[in-house]
Amino acid sequence: MVVAETQVYMPQAPRTRQRLLEDERWLAFVLLVPTMVLLGMFIAYPFVRGILLSVTNSRVGVPGDFVGLANYYKIWNDGIFHTSVYNTFLYTGVTTVFKLALGLWLALLLNRNFRGKAFTRAFILLPFIIPTVLSTFAWKWMFDPTFSVLNWLFYHLNLISGRINWLGDPDLAMISIIVVNVWRGVPFFAISLLAGLQTISPELNEAAAIDGAKPRQRFWYITWPLLLPVTMVVVLFSIIQTFADFQIVYVMTGGGPANATHLFATYAYQIGVGTGLLSEGAAISLAMFPILFLVVIVQLLYIRRVEVR
Amino acid sequence: MGQVVLKGINKFYDSVHAVKDVNLQIRDKEFVVFVGPSGCGKTTTLRMIAGLEAISSGDISIDGSVVNGLAPMDRDIAMVFQNYALYPHMSVYDNMAFGLKMRKFTRPEIDRRVRDAADILGIGELLKRKPRQLSGGQRQRVALGRAIVRHPRVFLFDEPLSNLDAKLRVQMRVELKKLHLRLGTTAIYVTHDQVEAMTLGDRVVVMKDGVVQQVGEPLELYNRPANKFVAGFIGSPTMNFATVTVTEANGSLIAENAGLRIRLPDGTARRLRGHIGHKVTLGVRPEDLTVAGAADPDHPCFDAVIEVVEQLGSEILLDMKVGQDVMVASVEPTVRVNVRDKLRLAMRPSSLHVFDVKTEEAI
Ligand SMILES: Nc1ncnc2c1ncn2[C@@H]1O[C@H](COP(=O)(O)OP(=O)(O)OP(=O)(O)O)[C@@H](O)[C@H]1O
Ligand SMILES: [Mg+2]
Repeated sequence: MVVAETQVYMPQAPRTRQRLLEDERWLAFVLLVPTMVLLGMFIAYPFVRGILLSVTNSRVGVPGDFVGLANYYKIWNDGIFHTSVYNTFLYTGVTTVFKLALGLWLALLLNRNFRGKAFTRAFILLPFIIPTVLSTFAWKWMFDPTFSVLNWLFYHLNLISGRINWLGDPDLAMISIIVVNVWRGVPFFAISLLAGLQTISPELNEAAAIDGAKPRQRFWYITWPLLLPVTMVVVLFSIIQTFADFQIVYVMTGGGPANATHLFATYAYQIGVGTGLLSEGAAISLAMFPILFLVVIVQLLYIRRVEVR
Repeated sequence: MGQVVLKGINKFYDSVHAVKDVNLQIRDKEFVVFVGPSGCGKTTTLRMIAGLEAISSGDISIDGSVVNGLAPMDRDIAMVFQNYALYPHMSVYDNMAFGLKMRKFTRPEIDRRVRDAADILGIGELLKRKPRQLSGGQRQRVALGRAIVRHPRVFLFDEPLSNLDAKLRVQMRVELKKLHLRLGTTAIYVTHDQVEAMTLGDRVVVMKDGVVQQVGEPLELYNRPANKFVAGFIGSPTMNFATVTVTEANGSLIAENAGLRIRLPDGTARRLRGHIGHKVTLGVRPEDLTVAGAADPDHPCFDAVIEVVEQLGSEILLDMKVGQDVMVASVEPTVRVNVRDKLRLAMRPSSLHVFDVKTEEAI
């Protein structure tokens, strides 16, 4: 009876509005609008503009005309671009391996019980929390040929006799930025993998210990396969980030010496903003897109497979 | 062989004294059950035997040799965990084969043992499945299978049935008992369920606050509990307790309080000679109470007011007020009573337990 009366006195307008909201298709649409607007404004629009830009010959202050794939053709034959492609792969590959190995090692250590565990876990995050540009400047000083604390240390340990020009030598410069990237990226790996480790029931390791598995075997047969989905996600994230890394190289070497340490991002910036060849810079940026896209697809498929197991 | 001896075992977690001076000899082929309320140190004791937890002081030996310093894998034991701890990424077959692979058994031998165990447990059809594709009862069987393929000297069980529903639990209990009769491997079993303890154990160890209260065969614990705690813990519904004063009248001993006055039977009276004029705790099990009739004129009797009648089909539980005390009686299902009825109840004379009021030890 109460229900019937309520319906009688219900004003007309709110009822239609209400009915509209109760329709799930409408409601879903309404709820998605803010996200779609944001994604469209900040991701889709710049992306499309980037593509359009890369097929013109526009530069700073000059709108430019359509030139087809001329920019792509140009970078295809550009020696520095080749170096930066090679560098990007090397940089991403080497740092990811080191970050994973060190991060996993740290995570395994932190997953044990010891005094000051909480403090250490927080402490580990420091490189991740400090703004990258600031910490990279600190590293730049450490690699400075004159003021290098590393040179000082090695000299006093009698390991070297003269100064090492860390950032002046192409190979040493590459090693230097790799070191900084690893230093900066390990905490993310360590903390994420630690979180993953904590979801693995300690009973599984105990059961394996009783089953006769030695620590190394417990790691390979129990911990590693159970951690794999988390590891894959973390590696995927890291690869994407490292592939498009900019700050560390920009601050440390600026792409030098003699353009030897350029990555996709720094080279695109140098051409697009530094030199003002906007369209060519856009083409360089976009050149890494298919590669990243492939990485993402492969890894997502792999993660799906691991999770389904 | 599988003889386990605990000698003066203690366990400290920082300031918590979790296990206190436990001494126990477990014979080969014996099924021993640790039972006690939550937090009494059962799991800790079991884990020390398994080698998963360091021993603070004391010695554990298996078949005569001290194993304190041995890693779990070198103790030749198998453990079934409460949550089964099956390896989620391995098939049932691989779960059972894992321990054998780690111990470098040959492939045909592994295969033979896994299939044997699967046959015994009736999980032959499930060998290819992953643990998450199994029901709770099936997982339980796989966990058992993983333990038995190794033919260890001792099985350790930590509340293995507590995650199953009531019906399955009873069924698995019977199967466990059968399995033990068939394999004859020494088993140490932890539970907080006294029914499991009574039905499974050759001997039962009752623990409380890290201290062993009593060790004995199930009926021994039931008939002659060493103290008030064991008396209350073993048996369901729990034993009734009443604090009474012992007095003497006409040469026989009387126990009385505000609502109760009974003449103590001879056996009990003999034990209480020294307590005349003092208080003791009287204990009587619900199933040792009957509705008083003409058949047993010499049984101690008392009056009670019925407060709740619980009809269970096979018996009736009467919650009663006896003076200030609340008591429960389990009577024949044919008895017709109503709430607020006054009823005269009789105790079986031999079933009276008495405990010291202060120490709570049996007198
Ligand atoms: N890792 C630990 N650190 C500190 N105290 C612990 C630890 N493990 C157990 N304890 C303490 O030791 C005591 C015994 O614990 P235990 O797990 O053996 O109890 P239990 O008899 O198995 O109980 P339950 O029936 O709840 O499983 C408890 O008081 C518990 O709080
Ligand atoms: Mg426990």
